[in-house]
Amino acid sequence: MARVELKNIQKSFGLVKAVKDANVTFEENSFTTLLGPSGCGKTTILRMVAGLEAPTSGDIMVGGKRVNEVPIHKRNLGLVFQNYALFPHRTIGENIAFGLKYRGVSKSDTGAKVKEALDIVRLPGVEDRYPSQLSGGQQQRIALARAIVIEPDVLLLDEPLSALDANLREDMRVELKAIQHRIGVTSIFVTHDQSEALAMSDKIIVMSAGRVEQIGAPEEVYNNPASEFVANFLGASNILDVSVSGSDSTSIALDAPYFGTIAVPRDRAVNLGAAKSGKLVIRAEKLRLTNEAVDDKAISAKGVVEAVDYQGQVARYFVRIGDRQFQAMNMIEGRPFDMGAEVTVKINPEDCAVLPADR
Amino acid sequence: MRAWGLIRLYAILVYVFMFSPIAVVLLLAFNNSQFGGFPIDGFSLRWFYKLAENEAIIRAFKTSMVLGLLTALVSTTIGVLASLALVRYRFRGKDLITTVLISPVLVPETVLAVGLLIFLRWLHMPRSFGLLLVGHSIIALPFVVLVVQARLVGIKREYEEAALSLGANPVQTFFQITLPLLLPAVFAGALFAFTISFDNITATIFWRPSGMETVPTQIFGMLRHSVSPEINALGFVMIVITVGIPLIAGGLARYFSRKKI
Ligand SMILES: Nc1ncnc2c1ncn2[C@@H]1O[C@H](COP(=O)(O)OP(=O)(O)OP(=O)(O)O)[C@@H](O)[C@H]1O
Ligand SMILES: [Mg+2]
Repeated sequence: MARVELKNIQKSFGLVKAVKDANVTFEENSFTTLLGPSGCGKTTILRMVAGLEAPTSGDIMVGGKRVNEVPIHKRNLGLVFQNYALFPHRTIGENIAFGLKYRGVSKSDTGAKVKEALDIVRLPGVEDRYPSQLSGGQQQRIALARAIVIEPDVLLLDEPLSALDANLREDMRVELKAIQHRIGVTSIFVTHDQSEALAMSDKIIVMSAGRVEQIGAPEEVYNNPASEFVANFLGASNILDVSVSGSDSTSIALDAPYFGTIAVPRDRAVNLGAAKSGKLVIRAEKLRLTNEAVDDKAISAKGVVEAVDYQGQVARYFVRIGDRQFQAMNMIEGRPFDMGAEVTVKINPEDCAVLPADR
Repeated sequence: MRAWGLIRLYAILVYVFMFSPIAVVLLLAFNNSQFGGFPIDGFSLRWFYKLAENEAIIRAFKTSMVLGLLTALVSTTIGVLASLALVRYRFRGKDLITTVLISPVLVPETVLAVGLLIFLRWLHMPRSFGLLLVGHSIIALPFVVLVVQARLVGIKREYEEAALSLGANPVQTFFQITLPLLLPAVFAGALFAFTISFDNITATIFWRPSGMETVPTQIFGMLRHSVSPEINALGFVMIVITVGIPLIAGGLARYFSRKKI
């Protein structure tokens, strides 16, 4: 169990800059997610921590010690891959015991530890089977057992759930998080699935094109995105160009198209600084549609529903206000709105976030 | 329907054309007659007994076996290491090395044989069993490399990375993970090498030291005097070895892989 720090890490593959100047701390025993679109450098960071890739410059610290020159087999890490990578010619028992062999664990202790690891991943008694005799989800549990049985300083997981089907994936993510919490190991988790990241992480690191865009707790990254990229990557957002028209001790007044003046609380505009213009971010699920009359103080605009994407409990609406289309995600109470319905779109100033204009 | 019938007939004719000479040899090996030809007088194993008594042939046979086994050992070892380097590592001049390794397949054997002889002359070294071994290994190497490379590409790097992360050093990782997964290809490569060495004649004629015979050169020598029925028996033995060993090995490989998974 150790804290991992990346200091000024850069990594180039020839002309491709895969990671640009990353400064990140992975706290002891915490679950940190690297989140970003394909090719943004998540795997590259993970592989550098693992020792499978050497950084072009910068330092990697594990437990306060620089490990740049330590080869992978001496780093004491648990590694879990998307495609499980269980040794096909070894039984499950042998797979899990593999790392113990190199740690001088006695034969009798090995058996007990393997059993314990299988209990943790809730697959007791499969020691004598071969990997090909297990399902994908079971194989991934074994891969996890193999990685944690050696009591690694850091657990590295590269999209471990991506190969599983949707239902299993949601069960597994709850379970994976529970296991991590129970054994308390510093974990670095890579995914491009935002809901996975929000559900599992203590801290999320959002990346884009080799750069760290934002670091924060799930609520923080979700509610207070530091950039337009983050706002759009974590669920759908509506973004409006606004200008600052005034401010007082608790709020900042913004002139927004269609909606008029909005007084946004200062803590929702921390990223704005002293800028005079900015971008107002309103999440799709914070944009509320109604066909009832709204009182004068509410911030609202009139629009027309252009498309409806019915999803059972919720519906995603595409609403035209003036010459712009907005996305709204609402719980369905009673009947969903139909295409062509005239609606009033309401927003709550506390639900908005403000970004500086040029980012 | 008519067209299919014609194609079938054609296919049968092609097989007859290809295999009838071999069938003739196999058949005549058991012919009782004094002369190596038709008509068949009766079934007999006498030519096999004679073969076993012919010291020159026994010697040639031993030479071929030792040469074949050593060729398999040398070319498989080098071939596996070369494939590992070519598939798993990136370095300058990789394409060139691949081309050089594979080129013995493309160069006519006679040219290769003369080239190696001239090289040896230049080094002032006499022809020897060692030269024969080096030459055969060069000829067999491309086949080993091709077979092993194909398999290695299919073994995901993640297996090795997982082993490394669990604490095995690179050498342990090779012997614990890579080699076992590679074994079928190593085996196939070794068999190829053995077979290629065992029935090579063109290059062997150039390289062998005087007085040393392998089975094919021995047959070649015997044929210059007469077509003895012994040769048919010897041909039978060679066919059994070059066809039988790969078949047995393939069967064994399948048996073991089924037992495991
Ligand atoms: N071995 C390599 N050689 C050359 N370029 C590489 C190598 N590995 C990664 N890259 C490049 O570095 C960039 C980042 O790759 P990386 O694998 O870290 O992305 P990722 O965020 O994990 O994406 P994904 O979600 O698709 O797995 C990409 O542009 C990729 O093409
Ligand atoms: Mg990746």
